[in-house]
Amino acid sequence: MNSVILRVGTRYLSGILLIFSVYLLIRGHNEPGGGFIGGLTGAIGFVLYAIAWGTKDAREALRILPQTIAMWGLLLALGAGIWAVLFGDAFFTGQWWFAGADPADPKDKGLPISSILVFDIGVYLVVLGSVLTIVFAMEEEV
Amino acid sequence: MNTTQTPLPAGNGFLSGTLPILIAAAIFVFFAGLIPTVAQGDVAQWSVPWIPSLGVEFAFLIDGLSLTFALLISGIGTLILLYSNTYLAGHPQYARFSLFLTLFMLSMLGLVLADDLIVLFVFWELTTITSYLLIGFSHTAEKSRRNALQALFVTGAGALAFLAGLILIGFAGGTTSISGIIAQGDVLRDHALYLPIFILFLCGAFTKSAQVPFHFWLPNAMAAPTPVSAFLHSATMVKAGVYVMARMHPSLAGTDIWLWTLTIFGALTAVFASILALRQTDLKQALAYTTLMALGTLTMLLGHSSGYMMTAFVTFLITHSLYKAALFLVVGCIDKSTGTRDANTLGGLGRVMPLTALAAALAALSMAGLPPFIGFIAKELAYAGSVGAASSPVFVTVMALAANALMFAVAGIVALRPFWVAPGGTYTREPAEVPWQMWMGPLLLAGLGTVFGLVPALIQGPFINSTVAGLMGAGADPKTLKLWAGFNLPLYLSLSTFALGLLLYLSHVKMRRGLEAVFTRVPSLDRGWDSFLAGLKALAAWQTGVIQNGSLTFYLAATFSTIAGGLILTMMISGMPFIEVNFEGLTWKTATISVLVAAGAILTTVTNSRIAAVAALGVVGIGIALMFIVFSAPDVAITQLLVETLVVVLVAVVMLRLPAMTRLEFNAKHAAISGAMGATMTVIILAVLSTPLNRRLSDYFEIASWPDAYGRNIVNVILVDFRALDTFGEVAVVVVAALSAYALLRTTKGPAA
Repeated sequence: MNSVILRVGTRYLSGILLIFSVYLLIRGHNEPGGGFIGGLTGAIGFVLYAIAWGTKDAREALRILPQTIAMWGLLLALGAGIWAVLFGDAFFTGQWWFAGADPADPKDKGLPISSILVFDIGVYLVVLGSVLTIVFAMEEEV
Repeated sequence: MNTTQTPLPAGNGFLSGTLPILIAAAIFVFFAGLIPTVAQGDVAQWSVPWIPSLGVEFAFLIDGLSLTFALLISGIGTLILLYSNTYLAGHPQYARFSLFLTLFMLSMLGLVLADDLIVLFVFWELTTITSYLLIGFSHTAEKSRRNALQALFVTGAGALAFLAGLILIGFAGGTTSISGIIAQGDVLRDHALYLPIFILFLCGAFTKSAQVPFHFWLPNAMAAPTPVSAFLHSATMVKAGVYVMARMHPSLAGTDIWLWTLTIFGALTAVFASILALRQTDLKQALAYTTLMALGTLTMLLGHSSGYMMTAFVTFLITHSLYKAALFLVVGCIDKSTGTRDANTLGGLGRVMPLTALAAALAALSMAGLPPFIGFIAKELAYAGSVGAASSPVFVTVMALAANALMFAVAGIVALRPFWVAPGGTYTREPAEVPWQMWMGPLLLAGLGTVFGLVPALIQGPFINSTVAGLMGAGADPKTLKLWAGFNLPLYLSLSTFALGLLLYLSHVKMRRGLEAVFTRVPSLDRGWDSFLAGLKALAAWQTGVIQNGSLTFYLAATFSTIAGGLILTMMISGMPFIEVNFEGLTWKTATISVLVAAGAILTTVTNSRIAAVAALGVVGIGIALMFIVFSAPDVAITQLLVETLVVVLVAVVMLRLPAMTRLEFNAKHAAISGAMGATMTVIILAVLSTPLNRRLSDYFEIASWPDAYGRNIVNVILVDFRALDTFGEVAVVVVAALSAYALLRTTKGPAA
């Protein structure tokens, strides 16, 4: 689509959407958000870019094939499940590490790092990659 | 003769070449270590629970029958792998070959050791699949692919019946444990389902063991490389059917229908196959038909239950495995050395390939049933059983005599002529003895046939007695294997066999022409198979043309009318669900959104602009998202909004390229389908809302979310923690869907695109 307004606007919008998508991903555990929503938002950022600038430019901006991103996401999600197995828990049991937490204070969780977050990042990448795989292919086709 | 050795090509490396041989050898040694246990009449058992809710156990049992098979499989397997490593040395796909062969061997071992019907079936199918891969190994040849597919279809179709039979057996016996069923004695024979069990079970066994009329796939399976044929058609694959018949013999045999069915089909297969074997000029094909003859004989023996018949069964089983594997390998050696397998061309190889010739001679003498080889003893026992057969002694004896005499002649054709008669044609290359890896296997196997013939006590205790005891139960009377049993009827029958066989051998070239003339006129099942497949394909093409005619409108109409029809039918059968409509919770907010959604839906159906339709559909979606927000489900609302946005964008992208829309006419049929769909959905949602909500799960998640999973957003915690495995499955589906869509979009680049 050849629209100067859209093109200029997209330059800023896409970036904001991508940052927002990561924000949605990370806050997802306690507030509305999560990997699925984040992935969709991120995908919309690139879809917008593809509409304004064409899929060729969008693919260059993405750098990696969207299919590859989706596959890596799936692998990451699987890894989060195997992580639990390695620690002797059932498959996909959440593994937590509260970085810098004060053990004396039960309310102090420090910086929580978990297999749950890794799983959510996997979901994010799967959704982002899959949606872009379809959208790019469709736009190139028609 | 020139002494140029066949140059030994480079090996296949340790991983694909040597390691499988070592694995197979280790398995053989392991089983050999169990011989003393089994010889004492003990059995070895091992099991772990597999599907406890169904009582299915991953159970294995080693008794005389399974040990005999296991040793034949692993022993011949070792020799075949050793042989192939040289026979196919340097083949670019050797790694694949040895992988398939090893997998096949392991499946076969699992099959003969399984002590659970379900486990048995799993391994049964594994042998079907791996043998398919092996038969079709030369996948660049169309014939090879066709024959592999034929074997797969015939045995696969039989396997479906077999599965049904096994399930019925498990149902009738009250357990899936094979030893458990056998321990119950007459439970299957007395069961009302005996006849269906019998038919289904035999469908599986007969297709696998290529009994008439399912025999045609077996000779075609010769498209495989020779070592594969040697393995599949000696002790394994095709004997699987015989094995299950023997395994279930204590529970299923003894009835008239078992006796007569197995006797008649077995006898017909044996004689029919021997005649066909005589007709072949390709040595490998001739051997393939003699395998059919052996399978027929084994089936016929298994039809009966007497001590002589059972002893003859086990003896002939071992005998046949030894000589048949040896002869196939010999044919492979001949092929490798001379470049041909044509009986009319071959001759005079005895001096050039002395060791191969020796192996061939020993194996062939056993096959012909001459003393002092094990084949002679097996034949004597079979005759002793035949003259006292419970079915019809005359029929069984005559059929056995015919088959054995034909076998005698074929043994001469396959193993005598190529070595000791002057060649009938010229070789394209200078024949030479094959390397030791290739002559050792056949020589060892044929040698064993000789040793067992001279000292039958070697196999009497561990294999014959224990197996016969397993087959016959408490009243077992295994007969003693001996070369000289005095002047009796079996001996005279043997002598007649030799005389008749010699006559057939001497006149086989003349008979071949006559047979050729007969068989070209008789309709062949193999050609019938091709027309059957062609018909099936035509039917599929016709059906696809009708059902998948390419019109999206048609697909949607079909899908929705099916759903609506199914729902209406369910409601008609189970009665109208309880529905309670109240407008208590209605506020101005929800009312406005509802009106908006309804307006969007109506506009979508009546507008004449595609963009307007898409936008109106978007209004519906966003309205529903708003509804989620009103009922405080922000996560769902956000997802809905985002998906809605993406859908509108996607559809818009496609629609921009479509030709302008023609004016929409009112379509009564489509209106009826949409009306029915909408009405049933409304009824269902109202019915769901009228049912009190079970809050057990929601309560649990609300309570456990923070303390157990450290998350306050329950929706997300459920997605990524409590139900992470489900989510993983879903994202996997998303990836698969994306890849499929991608593949579809990339392959449909038609001229219109």
